[in-house]
Amino acid sequence: MHNFEYHRPTSVADAVQSLKGAEDGKILAGGMTLIPTLKQRLAAPSDLIDLGAIAELKGIKDEGGMITIGAATPHAMVAESEVVRRVIPALADLAEGIGDPQVRNRGTIGGSIANSDPAADYPAALVGLDATVQTDRRRIKADDFFKGLFETALEEDEIVTAVSFPKPEKACYAKFPNPASRYAMVGVMVARAGGAVRVAVTGAGPCVFRLPEMEQALSGNFSPDAIKGIEISADGLNSDIHGSAAYRAHLVSVMARRAVTDCA
Amino acid sequence: MAEDMIGASIRRTEDFRFLTGQGHYLDDINRPNQVHAYFLRSPHAHAKIRSIDTAAAQSAPGVVAVFTGADIAADKVGGLICGWVVTDRHGQPHKAPPHPPLAQDTVRYVGDHVAVVIAESVAQARDAAELIEVDYEMLPAVVDTAKALDPDTPQLHADAPGNLCFDWELGDKAAVDAAFAKAHHVTRLDLVNNRLIPNAMEPRAAIGEYDGGADSYTCYSTSQNPHLLRLILCAFVLGVPEHKMRVVAPDVGGGFGSKIFCYAEEVVCTWAAKKVKRPVKWTAERGESFLSDAHGRDHVTHAELAMDESGKFLALKVDTIAGMGAYLSTFATCVPTYLHATLLAGQYATPAIHANVKAVFTNTAPVDAYRGAGRPEATYLIERIVECAARELRIDPAELRRRNFIRPDQFPYQTPVALVYDTGDYEAALDEALKMADYAGFAARKAESTKHGKLRGIGLSAYIEACGIAPSAVVGSLGAGVGLWESGQIRFSPTGTVSIFTGSHSHGQSHETTFAQLISDALGVPMEKIDVVHGDTDRIPFGMGTYGSRSLAVGGSALMRAADKIIEKGKKIAAHLMEASVGDIEYSKGTFRVAGTDRTKSMAEVAFAAYVPHNYPADLEPGLDETAFYDPANFTYPAGVHIAEVEVDPDTGLVDIVNWVAVDDFGKVINPMVVEGQVHGGIAQGIGQALLENCVYDKESGQLVTGSYMDYCMPRADDLPSFKVGMTETPCTHNPIGAKGCGEAGAIAAPPALINAITDAIGIMHMEMPATPEKVWQAIRQTRPAAAAE
Repeated sequence: MHNFEYHRPTSVADAVQSLKGAEDGKILAGGMTLIPTLKQRLAAPSDLIDLGAIAELKGIKDEGGMITIGAATPHAMVAESEVVRRVIPALADLAEGIGDPQVRNRGTIGGSIANSDPAADYPAALVGLDATVQTDRRRIKADDFFKGLFETALEEDEIVTAVSFPKPEKACYAKFPNPASRYAMVGVMVARAGGAVRVAVTGAGPCVFRLPEMEQALSGNFSPDAIKGIEISADGLNSDIHGSAAYRAHLVSVMARRAVTDCA
Repeated sequence: MAEDMIGASIRRTEDFRFLTGQGHYLDDINRPNQVHAYFLRSPHAHAKIRSIDTAAAQSAPGVVAVFTGADIAADKVGGLICGWVVTDRHGQPHKAPPHPPLAQDTVRYVGDHVAVVIAESVAQARDAAELIEVDYEMLPAVVDTAKALDPDTPQLHADAPGNLCFDWELGDKAAVDAAFAKAHHVTRLDLVNNRLIPNAMEPRAAIGEYDGGADSYTCYSTSQNPHLLRLILCAFVLGVPEHKMRVVAPDVGGGFGSKIFCYAEEVVCTWAAKKVKRPVKWTAERGESFLSDAHGRDHVTHAELAMDESGKFLALKVDTIAGMGAYLSTFATCVPTYLHATLLAGQYATPAIHANVKAVFTNTAPVDAYRGAGRPEATYLIERIVECAARELRIDPAELRRRNFIRPDQFPYQTPVALVYDTGDYEAALDEALKMADYAGFAARKAESTKHGKLRGIGLSAYIEACGIAPSAVVGSLGAGVGLWESGQIRFSPTGTVSIFTGSHSHGQSHETTFAQLISDALGVPMEKIDVVHGDTDRIPFGMGTYGSRSLAVGGSALMRAADKIIEKGKKIAAHLMEASVGDIEYSKGTFRVAGTDRTKSMAEVAFAAYVPHNYPADLEPGLDETAFYDPANFTYPAGVHIAEVEVDPDTGLVDIVNWVAVDDFGKVINPMVVEGQVHGGIAQGIGQALLENCVYDKESGQLVTGSYMDYCMPRADDLPSFKVGMTETPCTHNPIGAKGCGEAGAIAAPPALINAITDAIGIMHMEMPATPEKVWQAIRQTRPAAAAE
C-alpha cells in the first residue's frame, strides 16, 4: 500500500469538500474492493475520504411508499432488517448472499453500486426493483446509473447518499455463485410491480442488464413456462476459466426461471 | 495407569493453545534489530535479464541492502538441490539444471526470484523494490506439460535438451506386452492429474540470523523437517559447518508437503543476515504463496488395462508425462517415480505392470510432493481405469474389484512393481463400505432422484498407499540422498515428569497428543506429566521430519524403542531397590514387580532413584534419558475403500455430494478422533482436487491465472458432506506399534471416488478434474441434449 492522506468527515458536505480538494481522492466506503486494490498497489490515490463517520448515510427507512437505504448501510444490516425482510424479502435475501459475514458487516450498498463490479449482486437489485440512486446533488434512476464495466453515471466528485426501492408485489433473486469467489457468475432479479415485470441480470455481462423479451412474456403470464423458450444470446457475455459465455447465457435462463418459480 | 491409553479418543492437548490464539507461529517471532526482506519476482514466464539497475532502490528510505544474483554468485552461494537422483532407463542420472536462489541471467517462471531488498520495514522494502529497473528480453515459454516434449517447444535449460529431465521405467515390459497380446478385453484411458497449489493456512516465512561472536547461524523456518533443511543449507547451499547452524520450526500452520523443501527465501535470508549483520525476516504474502510454493500433481497419462473373459486383470501399462516446473524442487524426482509407479498394483493381483514416466520442465513453479505425493496419481488412474473397465464389461464395479483383490492368504505379497505388501484385508473394507453406504439401496435412491429431475451416481475407490517412509537401504538403492529413519528421545526428570523429543514435526498432525498418549501407555506416566518437544535442531536429536504419513509408524516406533530402553534400565534400578535379581523383575504399565510377589516400584520411584542415586547399582549410569533411532524394515500399506454418492443438477451442472463413506485400514490406531480428523482433512483436499481446485497458467503469457482465492477454488465447509468414517484393522507386521499412517489417505482415495460417481450419474466414461459445473453441464448436454436444453 502506498501512502495517502486519510480523511474522516462527519457530513456529506465535508466529504464532498475533501474530495474536491484532493489531487486524486477516492471515497472509502466499506473498502471491500478498494483496500485489496491498495494492498496490491494497483491504485495509489492521494487521499482517502472515509464515509464511516457520517451518521446520515447509515440506516433504513420506510417512508413515502419507498424503502430507502443509506449508502453506508452494510449488507448485514439490510439482510437483518425487519422492514426489508417484510416488504422486499428478495432484497434481504440478496444481501444475505453477498460474500461472507466479514464482507457483509463491512461492505456497503453505496460502495457496491458505485464500483459497478460486473459480478456484484446489488446492481441486479437496483435495476430489477427499479430503484433510484440519491447522490449529494441529484437523483438517478437505476436504469441510467450503471453505465458499463466499473462505470457509473456518477461524476468525479459525486457521492451516493442513499438508494430508494419501490415496494414490489413480488420479487425474487436467483444466484449461481462463482465456485471460487462466490460472486455472482449469474444473478437474476425478477420483480413484478404495478403489472409490469422487470428482469435484471448481473454477473453474466460487463454490466447489469435487463431482458425485455422475458419481461414482456412475464407481464402477460407470470410463470416459468412463459420464458422457457426464450433463448439468451451469448454475444458479449463474460467468459473466463469458471464459465464460458454460452454457459452463462444458459444459466441466465435457468436462474430467471428459478426466480419466477420462487415468486410463486 | 489403569485405563488403556491406546485407542482412546483423548482431546488434543495442543488445542488450548491454538484455539485461544496462543500458538507461536513464525511471523509471531521478531528478533532484536531485525530487518525485512522483500523479493522482487519475475513478472515474465521466461526472459533473459539483460541488466538490473538497483541504484535508486539502494538509496531509497530505510533500505539496508539490495542483492541480486550477481551477489549470490560472488559469494559462491550454492544452488538449491534435488535430493533424489533418479536413474533413467538408459542408466543416466536425471538432468539437474542449476537452480540459483536468485536468478543469474534468466528467469524461468512467473514468481522466479530476481532480487531481494532488505529494509527497516516491509513497506520500505516493497517501495524500494518498485525502483529496481530490470531490462528483460522476453523468451517464448511453455507452461503446458503435455506439450513440453514437442519438437518445436521453447527450451528451458541448455543442459536438459527437449525439456526432458528423465525418461524412466519400471516393470517387465515384455511380460506386459505378452499379456496384452492374449487379452480378452483392453480398456484404455487418457487422463490428467490436475496441478494443485497447496495453500497451507500459514504462508511460508523465514528469519535468518547470524551471531558474529560464535560465527553461527539461526534459521527460523516454516519447515516440516528442520534437520533436513539444516543439512541442505549447510552441506549444499551455504557451505556452513552443520554445528554452526540452528534451524527452528515453531508452530507451523499446515504444510501438506509444501514445507518439506528448501526454498530460495530461507537461503537468501540466512545468507543475507551475515551480510547486513542483522536478523532478516521474510513472510510470504498470500499471492507469493500461490506463485512460489511448490505445486503438486501435474501428470498427463495414458493407461491401458488388459483383462481376461472373467474380468481378471492380466496387465496394466501406464505412460505418464510428469511436470517438474521450471526447476527441480528438493524431492521432485521421486514423486512421479518411486512414490507413483511402485503403487500401480493398487489392491489388485495384476500380474504384469509396466510404467514409463517422462519428467519435463515447463515455465511454471516447481512441482513436488503434495499430500499423497505420487500415490494419489497412481490411485486415481487405477481406480478410474478399473471403473471404466467395469462399465465396458458390464460388471458391477464392486464385483470387478472383488474379483481382482489380493487375497488375505497371499500376504506378504510381492507386486510386479517392486513393493512387498506386508498385510491387508481389502474385501473386509469393501464389504464394510458397501454396507455403510447402503450400496444395495442405490438403485431405489437413483429412481427417486430421477423423479425429481436429478441425476444420481455412485463411485468407489479402493486405494492403497505406501507410507511409513522409508527403509533407508531401499530408498538409498533407488537414489535417495538421505536415510529415512527417525529419532526419539525420552527424558525423565527427577520428579517423574517426561519430555519427549522427536524428529517428527507436527504442523497439524496432533503429535503432541498422540505421542504423549503412546508413551503414557508404555511408561505409565499420566499425559499431563508429558511434554512433546519438536522442531528445534538445538533441542531434538537429528530427525528426518514429517511427510509421507510417517510420523507414528516411524517416529512413534523410535519413541517405542526409546521406551524399551527406559524400561530395560528401569528394571535394573528396580531390581536393586527391591534387592531382587533383574531377571525376576516384571514390567507392566509403569510398575516394576518382583515376579510372583507384591513387591513393586513405580516408574516415578525408579526415575527419582536414577537422578538421586543414593542407593543405586554400582555399575549403572545415573539418569533416565534414552534415545533411539528407528529405521523401518518396509513401507506400511494403509488401504481402504471410499464410496461417494452424488446428485447432479442437469440444469446447472452443479454436483451435490449427498453421501461419503470412508473405510480405512490404518493398522493400530492410537487416537481414533485424531485419525478421523486426518481422514476428514484428507477427503476435503481430495474433493477439492476433484471438484474445485485447479492451477491454471495462461498458455500464451505464462501468467498464473489462478493466483488468488478469487480464481483458485478452495473447498469450503458447505462444499462438503458429513463423512461417515469406518475402520478395519490389520496391524502392520513390522513396526512395534502396528500402525500404518493416516495423513494422506483421504486425499488419495477421494478424487477417483468422486469422479466415478459423477461420471456414473451422467453416464459417461471420463471427465477431467476438476468437475466444474460448466464441464458437467457440457457433458450432460452432449450425452442427453434434451435434459440439458431444459
